[in-house]
Amino acid sequence: MSARTSLGRTIAAHAILLTYTMIALFPVFVIVINSFKSRKAIFADPLALPMPDNFDLVGYQTVLKQGDFFLYFQNSLIVTVASLFFVLLFGAMAAFALSEYRFKGNTLMGLYLALGIMIPIRLGTVAILEIMVATGLVNTLTALILVYTAQGLPLAVFILAEFMKSVSHDLKNAGRIDGLSEYRIFFTLVLPLVRPAMATVAVFTMIPIWNDLWFPLILAPAEHTKTVTLGAQVFIGQFVTNWNAVLAALSLAIVPVLVLYLIFSRQLIRGITAGAVK
Amino acid sequence: MGALELRGVTKSFGSTEVIKGVDLSVKDGEFCVFVGPSGCGKSTLLRMIAGLEDATGGDILVDGKRMNDVAPAKRELAMVFQSYALYPHLTVRDNMGLALKQAGVAKSEIKVATDRAAAMLGLEPLMGRRPAELSGGQRQRVAIGRAIVRTPKLFLFDEPLSNLDAALRVATRIEIAKLHRELKATMVYVTHDQVEAMTLADRIVVLRAGRVEQVGSPMELYNDPANTFVAGFIGSPQMNFLDAASLGLPAGKVGIRPEHLTISRDQGEIPAEVSHVEKLGGETLVYARNPQHGLLTVRLFGEHDFEVSEKVHLTLQRERMFQFDPDGQRRR
Repeated sequence: MSARTSLGRTIAAHAILLTYTMIALFPVFVIVINSFKSRKAIFADPLALPMPDNFDLVGYQTVLKQGDFFLYFQNSLIVTVASLFFVLLFGAMAAFALSEYRFKGNTLMGLYLALGIMIPIRLGTVAILEIMVATGLVNTLTALILVYTAQGLPLAVFILAEFMKSVSHDLKNAGRIDGLSEYRIFFTLVLPLVRPAMATVAVFTMIPIWNDLWFPLILAPAEHTKTVTLGAQVFIGQFVTNWNAVLAALSLAIVPVLVLYLIFSRQLIRGITAGAVK
Repeated sequence: MGALELRGVTKSFGSTEVIKGVDLSVKDGEFCVFVGPSGCGKSTLLRMIAGLEDATGGDILVDGKRMNDVAPAKRELAMVFQSYALYPHLTVRDNMGLALKQAGVAKSEIKVATDRAAAMLGLEPLMGRRPAELSGGQRQRVAIGRAIVRTPKLFLFDEPLSNLDAALRVATRIEIAKLHRELKATMVYVTHDQVEAMTLADRIVVLRAGRVEQVGSPMELYNDPANTFVAGFIGSPQMNFLDAASLGLPAGKVGIRPEHLTISRDQGEIPAEVSHVEKLGGETLVYARNPQHGLLTVRLFGEHDFEVSEKVHLTLQRERMFQFDPDGQRRR
């Protein structure tokens, strides 16, 4: 009896998850299959798989010939990786301070830092643009990195602080008695133990940055600072849209972020802290 | 080279005072055990000695030098934690040698020191392993080894045996006692287990709610407790407390240890009914209930047969009983 209900539950759970996966992956699937088809075939039957008779790489050829796509990729990668680095570094440091030290206004400071989760940074776009103009950072990657770091920090601090509270106090105290500096304790004892949380934060932070169109369009629309998402927009015209090129550009844009995700998800899964305490 | 002195030490977290003025002096080479129920402040006191918590008031002195503002690493002490707290990314050898490495000791000297500690604890075959590859008992031995390597003035133990199983606990307890004899170092040991306290300590400090209740050698505490709390805490099974007035004594409580009650089927001063019997082979514990005094424990040596709900009579060995006033203080 109980075996049957648990089997039923398993089936139901899998059905729900599979349905969700299909819904989530369907747009990606349509983009990827259509990027390999000729323009006529895309419109004739958008859901058809690429077959020898409708197979066409014209989209990819256009994208690669358009010259600067390599630069766009490079810009996107620089912005994403740099922002990610700063979010993780500063987020983890703030989280350590909040979770480890007792000081006046600790809770208030934690709430203040987490407030950004609830307030979208885009509300401040005009002010941000004014600041960037005043500091001469318009059309630089630095502007984007700064904005994305600010955007990612609240969630990073919030999640990492919770995880750092669970790191054994004895371990940190043992380090203190052995003469390790607070920085060494942070970098060599605490950070490795919260690696799964760091990977989670990295994934949550990375994807919105890579996909963002808003800030590149406003803060860095110049040719030499365009990101991939912004670069793909050149194929979308007011009257004519080169769908082959748009789909090919988007398909290509998936690859790097997928690679980054795979790197982080391995960290997520790996059991690493066994044996530290108890 | 390792005398510890506490003078009027207090600690508050916000408005709650957890250590309410502790005065204590531990002689060089002494094994001092802090014992008390959970929440009595014994671990906090130990962490204050280690420098991991700041004292709110009072002085902490090691060898006559005030240590309140000295960083933990500079206090020349070593600490063994309940959860072992080994560095997961380092091998056993590196775990043990880290403190010396931080202090800038030469590599060859570190090797000599770690090898010596490993030999004392039988850790030689494990030196290349990481903590994850060790059992609980081995981990705690490594943690103890890490403390030995530093040749500290003061060893601090924070409930080091609590995470071990019963057999291992006894073995490690003996090992710690042996270590104390060999090193002749000052040790401060925190536990809630009165058996550990009795077996290891030169001197026991009984703490309750942030205050020292009594300080003394194990036998002093056993034979001469200052109040009902100490009397009840030291000794296992717990001391029996009887109503003094009904025994024709001044009002208050009378304490008598289970081994100092005699039991008889025919005659005695306190009639009681057996409610439970525990046979341990070497000794037999009889729990008997009397309407006036409640449940009383009698400890008998050897095997004895008593049936549940059998009528018995208990007699106090008058010369071994303790009298306490209504506030729980010893009547002297």
